[in-house]
Amino acid sequence: MAEFKYTKDHECIYVEGDVAFVGISKHAQEALGDLVYLELPEIGKSVDAGSEIAVIESVKTAAEIYSPVNGEVVEVNEALVEDFELVSEPVNEKGWIVKVKVADTSALDALMNEAAYAEYLKEVD
Amino acid sequence: MRYLPQTADARQKMLDVIGVKTIDELFCDIPKGAFIDGMADLPAHKGEIEVEREMAAMAGKNMDASSVPFFLGGGVYNHHIPASVDYIIQRSEFLTAYTPYQPEIAQGTLQAIFEYQTYIARLTGQDVANASLYDGSTACAEAALMAMRITKRKKVAIGSALNPEYRKVLETYLHNLDDREIMEGEPDNETACLIVQSPDFFGNIHKYDKYRKLCDEAGALLIVVITEVVSLGLLPVPAMADIVCGDGQSISVPMSFGGPHLGFFACKEKYIRQMPGRLCGMTEDADGRRGFVLTLSTREQHIRRDKATSNICTNQGLCALSFAAHMSLLGETGFKTLARLNHEAACKLADSLEKVKGVRVVNEAFFNEFVVELPDGTDASIVLEDLVTCGIIGGLALDEGRLLVTATELTTDNDIKIFAETLAEVLK
Amino acid sequence: MSGDNRNENTGKNKGLHYEEPLLWEYAQGGESGVDWPELQGLKVRTGVPEREDIGLPQLSEPEVLRHYVRMSTWNYSIDHGFFPLGSCTMKHNPRLNEKTARFPGFAYVHPLQPESSVQGALEVMYELQSWLGELTGLPGVCLTPSAGAHGELAGMMTIRRAHECRGQVEKRRVILTPDSSHGTNPATAVMCGFEVRSIPTKDTGRLTVEAFKDALYKTDPQGADIAGMMVTNPNTCGLFEREINEIAALLHDAGGYFYCDGANFNALVGKVRPADFGVDVMHVNLHKTFSTPHGGGGPGSGPICCTEELTQYMPVPVTVKDGDKYRLETMEDRPDTLGALKAFTGQFGIFVRTLTYMKSMGADGLKQVAEDAVLNANYLLSQLGEDYHVPFEGPCMHECLLTDKAQKEFDVTTLDIAKTLIERGYHPMTVYFPLVLHGTMLIEPTETESTSELDAFIATMKDIAVQARGADGHDILHAMPHSSPRRRLDEVKAARKPVLKYIEK
Repeated sequence: MAEFKYTKDHECIYVEGDVAFVGISKHAQEALGDLVYLELPEIGKSVDAGSEIAVIESVKTAAEIYSPVNGEVVEVNEALVEDFELVSEPVNEKGWIVKVKVADTSALDALMNEAAYAEYLKEVD
Repeated sequence: MRYLPQTADARQKMLDVIGVKTIDELFCDIPKGAFIDGMADLPAHKGEIEVEREMAAMAGKNMDASSVPFFLGGGVYNHHIPASVDYIIQRSEFLTAYTPYQPEIAQGTLQAIFEYQTYIARLTGQDVANASLYDGSTACAEAALMAMRITKRKKVAIGSALNPEYRKVLETYLHNLDDREIMEGEPDNETACLIVQSPDFFGNIHKYDKYRKLCDEAGALLIVVITEVVSLGLLPVPAMADIVCGDGQSISVPMSFGGPHLGFFACKEKYIRQMPGRLCGMTEDADGRRGFVLTLSTREQHIRRDKATSNICTNQGLCALSFAAHMSLLGETGFKTLARLNHEAACKLADSLEKVKGVRVVNEAFFNEFVVELPDGTDASIVLEDLVTCGIIGGLALDEGRLLVTATELTTDNDIKIFAETLAEVLK
Repeated sequence: MSGDNRNENTGKNKGLHYEEPLLWEYAQGGESGVDWPELQGLKVRTGVPEREDIGLPQLSEPEVLRHYVRMSTWNYSIDHGFFPLGSCTMKHNPRLNEKTARFPGFAYVHPLQPESSVQGALEVMYELQSWLGELTGLPGVCLTPSAGAHGELAGMMTIRRAHECRGQVEKRRVILTPDSSHGTNPATAVMCGFEVRSIPTKDTGRLTVEAFKDALYKTDPQGADIAGMMVTNPNTCGLFEREINEIAALLHDAGGYFYCDGANFNALVGKVRPADFGVDVMHVNLHKTFSTPHGGGGPGSGPICCTEELTQYMPVPVTVKDGDKYRLETMEDRPDTLGALKAFTGQFGIFVRTLTYMKSMGADGLKQVAEDAVLNANYLLSQLGEDYHVPFEGPCMHECLLTDKAQKEFDVTTLDIAKTLIERGYHPMTVYFPLVLHGTMLIEPTETESTSELDAFIATMKDIAVQARGADGHDILHAMPHSSPRRRLDEVKAARKPVLKYIEK
């Protein structure tokens, strides 16, 4: 079973080698509702941890997706733009939004694991 | 008082229900020093008869275009408004409705906006139009801001004589954003957009292809500004622009001393996410029936807050409705005839003024307004004051003894005759 | 002429409920609805080719009238009934205002006419400036902003200009605003090049001195990087900011200016002067407090009022009186002005309506407006607290805030309540605003409602609460409305593939 990590902004991350697959958590999907628009970054864009890499919109709200780490955008999920439902698929399969090549993988250690994220959700609600 | 249904008795009963003794207990959170003791300088309430008399007295001190020969334009135009238009917009259901936040009970407003957007898109040759902005000047400023967002550049070039009122507003908007700059002439590779007004402030008509080429070379957007929307019935469509904006006042909106008017805004589809203002889109209801809603609202302030494309909220909804109603009465043939009538009136005006001794028409080509040069050493604003004394609104004073004059479908042959004769007298 | 779509609609009209096609769906090519004089066939002197086909529909006058009258019947309006849309002040719109705005001496006057020919129009503006100055206690009045958000822009630019003229604009970058503020507030601050710092208010619904100090001194111990604050007062929870005097004093000590969003001025007009609780500059929505119609989304008007000190910086033009003559002061007369924010003089037609209303109400009537607006809101609050969650302690001002917390356990939301109100013949309250709490409902009755109208609304709200608790409450309310011209609309479909104009099939 794939292991996912989470940020406080509800990004869901899957790491494969030095590439982070960035998507959004189930909690974020529920909060947003049906998606209507996705703004993807250019491939090759260098990003800092915490900087905006994509914007995702539902009818009622828009949410920025932040990069969890320093690195470079290596791939964007164009298939999502055609079919927003894909965002609910696992991040390591079809549900990722952006893939970021991670400059320093140790930065990923600071992210929450499944259990810590579940705790965090209880806190913020 | 006629607008307040509550009686003293009802008020007391409500206070009892709420459980307070006096109304001021409900204002208990307000610091004591902020209450007004009484406003000696302001009068007490009045009945309809008195109020109407006072307002009529003020209205009577103005010289209005319905009662005198009138040749003033320069961004605001005196046109005929069909009687039905004012009837339609005074329907309670349109006049006293709110912004259509609850689409189930606002389809009338929404379908009208959808039709308005279609009118603007077709008139301007653009893909999409918004539900209106305040007026032409703010639409022009919003267009420049949008071009800067799209190109991530900080300079705005002005290609043809922009209405000075628009120019001032553009400067104010840009000044309040750091290091934004306005330049004249051709765009370069730091320019976000080239703004071309046509007919320009002096009535000159511009061909868009040369500006398009300049923009393509510089990577800038072409913004076309239209202050006289009737001109779109005779002049070529600005389809090659990236954004077309301006004022729709000429269709259905009275001049009303400068407002409310009607800012329109249209652009290419690819820029839709960067557009300011409200948009109405087609969809279906729960039973599969066609309906309309405000859409793409994630661009807007109430959702994006500090990341919104603009802070605009209330716009000119009722003016957009009247525009659409007037256009639907005109139709294709009526609108084009209206444009030709304006042009013919202006041609006749030009011919007559040209015959006045010492007066020269400057423009070779024009739509419904143009510049005339008065004899050397004439102060145009004094000429206008003299004309007012003779009961004529004669145009707009420009520098160096020049006048900007305008004719519309309301200008009669007799108005032109009186104007030419009186001008000849005044110039003696 | 009957068009294709008209045939499609055959059988869909019932009683007085009509379907109506788009203008382009009528059969095209008939008569124009306007008869023009004959063209004389003069030579065209534009120097460019003539416009080609535009694609405008062609209808006769009776067809156009029916089109719009039928569409109008799909709209709810204040003339239909109670319209408790919080923060929007949907009060009665007197028709005398409409009549005076249409006097030829106002409607057919051009803004660039010689001043000698428009003395009456300038007098209207001068008199309106005086009323607003008196009612707010802020003597500098600029009428040009076209709506509330435009007034905010004018006000914030005035503050920016004041800092600029003192060489402080580089240093003072931060605008403080509560998290319950209107979305226009942060959007406006950003347009003026400021950075927005949000102050949390969700615990009490009000600003506290403590939370304010945290924000004020967050990045500088003296608050020397603060340009100002934007506060709506009464705030968007319908509450008056109790600690406003102390907060304003702290802000002023730090060198910041207090911008008041005047959207809720209806609670105070004629009774309380904002200048007296520390406001430096505010806008007033003439289309809210002063009864001019909302027109399905404008035109509005949002003049700003400011202190003597800030007057020099506010936008132009401003009307002044020299002896017995009125004239406009422009940039040449006011060297420190921030400039012009709109062409010409502002939404003059709205000024005429406003002044007509002010004269009708008088100082005494306006004070009664504030009192009745607050009385009506508190009456609703006192009756609805049993069935709906009241998040903040009262009394409220001119509007009251509820949430759907008590309905949550039945899986009924604020949206369901709103749509059920539509089914019961009401326009809903403002929903999901302010954003500080979940499922908010902001109810503003205004002063132009009678007790019996309020009682009927209370009974309906109570009935909906009962329905929500009852068997199948969720299913029943979630399917609402049924009887409106349209049922719930698919906003996702509209946003995913936007269709924003008519396209021929």
